[in-house]
Amino acid sequence: MIKHEEIQRHTIAVLVDNESGVLARVIGLFSGRGYNIESLTVAEVNAADNLSRITIVTSGTRQIIEQIKNQLRRLVPVHKVSDLTIEGPHVGRELALVKVSSTGEKRVESLRIADIFRARAIDSTNESFVFEVVGATEKVDAFIKLMEPLGLVDVSRTGVAAIARGAAAL
Amino acid sequence: MSQQGAMNGAEILLKALVDQGVEVIFGYPGGAILPIYDELFKQNRLKHILVRHEQAAVHAAEGYARSTGKVGCVLVTSGPGATNTVTGLADALCDSVPLVCLTGQVPTHLIGNDAFQEADITGITRPCTKHNYLVKDVADLARIVHEAFHVARSGRPGPVLVDLPKDVVQAHGEYHGPTRFKSKYKPQVKGDLKAIEKAVEMIAAAKRPIVYVGGGVVNSGPAACQLLTQFVRLAGFPCTQTLMGLGAFPSSDPLSLGMLGMHGTYEANLAMHDCDVMINVGARFDDRVTGRLNAFSPNSKKIHIDIDPSSINKNVVVDLAVVGDAAHILEDMIKVWKAKQVRIDDKALRAWWAQIEQWRGKDCLRYPASNAIIKPQYAIQRLYELTKHKNPFITTEVGQHQMWAAQHFRFEKPNHWLTSGGLGTMGYGLPAAMGVQVAHPGALVIDIAGESSIQMNIQELATLAQHKLPVKVFILNNQYMGMVRQWQELIHGGRYSESHMHTHPDFVKLAEAFGAVGLRAEKPSQVDDLINEMISVDRPVVAELRTDASENCFPMIMPGMAHNEMVLGPEDRSVEHPGSEEDGMVLV
Ligand SMILES: Cc1cc2nc3c(=O)[nH]c(=O)nc-3n(C[C@H](O)[C@H](O)[C@H](O)COP(=O)(O)OP(=O)(O)OC[C@H]3O[C@@H](n4cnc5c(N)ncnc54)[C@H](O)[C@@H]3O)c2cc1C
Ligand SMILES: Cc1ncc(C[n+]2csc(CCOP(=O)(O)OP(=O)(O)O)c2C)c(N)n1
Ligand SMILES: [Mg+2]
Repeated sequence: MIKHEEIQRHTIAVLVDNESGVLARVIGLFSGRGYNIESLTVAEVNAADNLSRITIVTSGTRQIIEQIKNQLRRLVPVHKVSDLTIEGPHVGRELALVKVSSTGEKRVESLRIADIFRARAIDSTNESFVFEVVGATEKVDAFIKLMEPLGLVDVSRTGVAAIARGAAAL
Repeated sequence: MSQQGAMNGAEILLKALVDQGVEVIFGYPGGAILPIYDELFKQNRLKHILVRHEQAAVHAAEGYARSTGKVGCVLVTSGPGATNTVTGLADALCDSVPLVCLTGQVPTHLIGNDAFQEADITGITRPCTKHNYLVKDVADLARIVHEAFHVARSGRPGPVLVDLPKDVVQAHGEYHGPTRFKSKYKPQVKGDLKAIEKAVEMIAAAKRPIVYVGGGVVNSGPAACQLLTQFVRLAGFPCTQTLMGLGAFPSSDPLSLGMLGMHGTYEANLAMHDCDVMINVGARFDDRVTGRLNAFSPNSKKIHIDIDPSSINKNVVVDLAVVGDAAHILEDMIKVWKAKQVRIDDKALRAWWAQIEQWRGKDCLRYPASNAIIKPQYAIQRLYELTKHKNPFITTEVGQHQMWAAQHFRFEKPNHWLTSGGLGTMGYGLPAAMGVQVAHPGALVIDIAGESSIQMNIQELATLAQHKLPVKVFILNNQYMGMVRQWQELIHGGRYSESHMHTHPDFVKLAEAFGAVGLRAEKPSQVDDLINEMISVDRPVVAELRTDASENCFPMIMPGMAHNEMVLGPEDRSVEHPGSEEDGMVLV
């Protein structure tokens, strides 16, 4: 086994039957075999055919990533597994709700930074904001980091939703 | 609950089983599954074998499936009935055995309420089944049962569980036959022709080839075994088999090097180590086979034929993969081989065989003979010699006796050797033999057992009596959990921690108590008589042989060691320097 090979991050899109237990199968596969999940999102995308789409961001050596995809394909309710990272350019976005509690100069500064990141304040009280920020993972990370000294108290993130660029479907 | 349909769920279920070709069900009743048992009572198409423990029902179904190539079928109740099947399901998953396990469940409105005998069996068995279903509506019942059989037998076979809430099997609905449904589950069967051509090219250029055959060829069926044999003979290559692949290629053929791996032959392991082209057909590079991975066959190009893409590059990175069913791929390979009129390097192959013959000359399976005490290897050899004309089915438990059986019994045909390889489940052999006997009523079926393993499912002797199944239990009683004792001797400084059972039942009396015939041999001179008597009675037999308690199973690749570092016997010095378990194989 190649033990010292480079660890890479991959975004994998999985089309599954929208049935009970399917998410448990996918998550159980990752925990049971010791694979990483950096983020996982799931929602129904095609009601007529009863299909859901799962987007998984994971990391591992090339061999592990190949295993992950083959193991996913082995699950009976899985129809399609696509490694967006290697199958051409793709776009990925996540949304985060970021709660900052501060007053005075810090409060003003948080608003200023939110403006730069095109984050919207979707809730505010005298001593808090909830910002909604959308973007690639790195952008969301950066925003949260900047909020830390400004009274960051809570974060909720959706994880990445991703799709290939261009006209073709999954 | 709909009342329109003419049939209730239980009737629909049984009709679906009949349409799927089921003839025998191994099971055990209980509250939640009673409506199905009630329907079973009213019909005579399906035979039911009443076991004494649900784990045994699953192993029996495994024995049935592996000896026939059909899907085995299990029926148990909810809660404890269902949880008792878990070990059997895990076993079937590891060894790719097609099963459908039907479990009772509490009524749908009680699910999640901690109801009496409720267990989340689909949750519990998700990682130890190929797939599982909870049927929530009688309208889905027929489709799900048909799909369950399709999934169990297609691609890489495996166990599928269908959980049946009591109200669903009591509700009325419509039955539909299998042709009505199209499953979306369609594994690849044909191999890619380009890859096959490439494989033939690589094989043609080989100077030191080896064919490494696994259970996948047995899974694929007798046709695959035939084609494999044809291919190996066509090429004149050496062929080694895994524990699960025994029987896929005739043991008696001079091209066979026997089993490889931890307790494989010297010639098979050294040939694996030194080969330049390895052709893996339906084997999964298990850690018991590869030894230390970074020293595994370092100079070979590797071709891997397997139906499951996840078996490829899992443990060992290969140079060429051909995904598909072994029979289809072998057929194409032979066609391409003949069409291209492949000419192999005869001179190189002759030199390679000369080398192999030299390794063979070590006669690595030899053991010190004795007139005073029964050597376990001797017992197996005699068993083989005295039964081979009956073409017996052999099952085993797990331990040293299993390895000696693999080394010293010989298999000419597939589906006659049934052992728990992947999970290594003690207690597998007796119920598996039961399942084989049910499928092959006139055949000689022998469970080669250890005195410890046999006690794990000993209650099944009662099943043998009830159903008049003349299974033979051949116990090598060495007074120890021998395989554990061996590791303790070789690796843990001879500290025999809890591997000795100070008391054993009197197996002869025990046999009689269960309505079987009990026999015992204590001296080598009694072995032949015992075997002859055992196979001459048309009843279940428990034959106990008191064997050498200190015998160890060799050859052996110690944990963390490579193929070319195998230990041939107790006098071999390298026994004292086992490697670390982390990079090699793990304990029994
Ligand atoms: C005490 C003990 C000691 C053991 N020692 C040894 C030993 O010395 N040597 C040894 O070999 N084993 C040994 N084993 C067994 C070992 O643990 C594994 O079970 C075994 O090596 C696996 O065999 P296999 O590679 O043939 O794979 P299997 O488990 O039989 O898997 C079959 C492979 O074939 C594929 N396949 C299935 N159907 C098809 C098809 N139709 N077409 C193509 N491919 C298909 C599957 O996807 C899978 O990859 C031991 C076990 C025990 C309990
Ligand atoms: C259910 C189960 N528990 C424990 C083990 C670990 N184990 C492997 S071999 C063995 C000893 C088997 O003893 P016996 O049946 O007497 O066979 P022997 O090795 O003596 O031939 C044990 C405990 C196992 N494989 N399965
Ligand atoms: Mg023993």
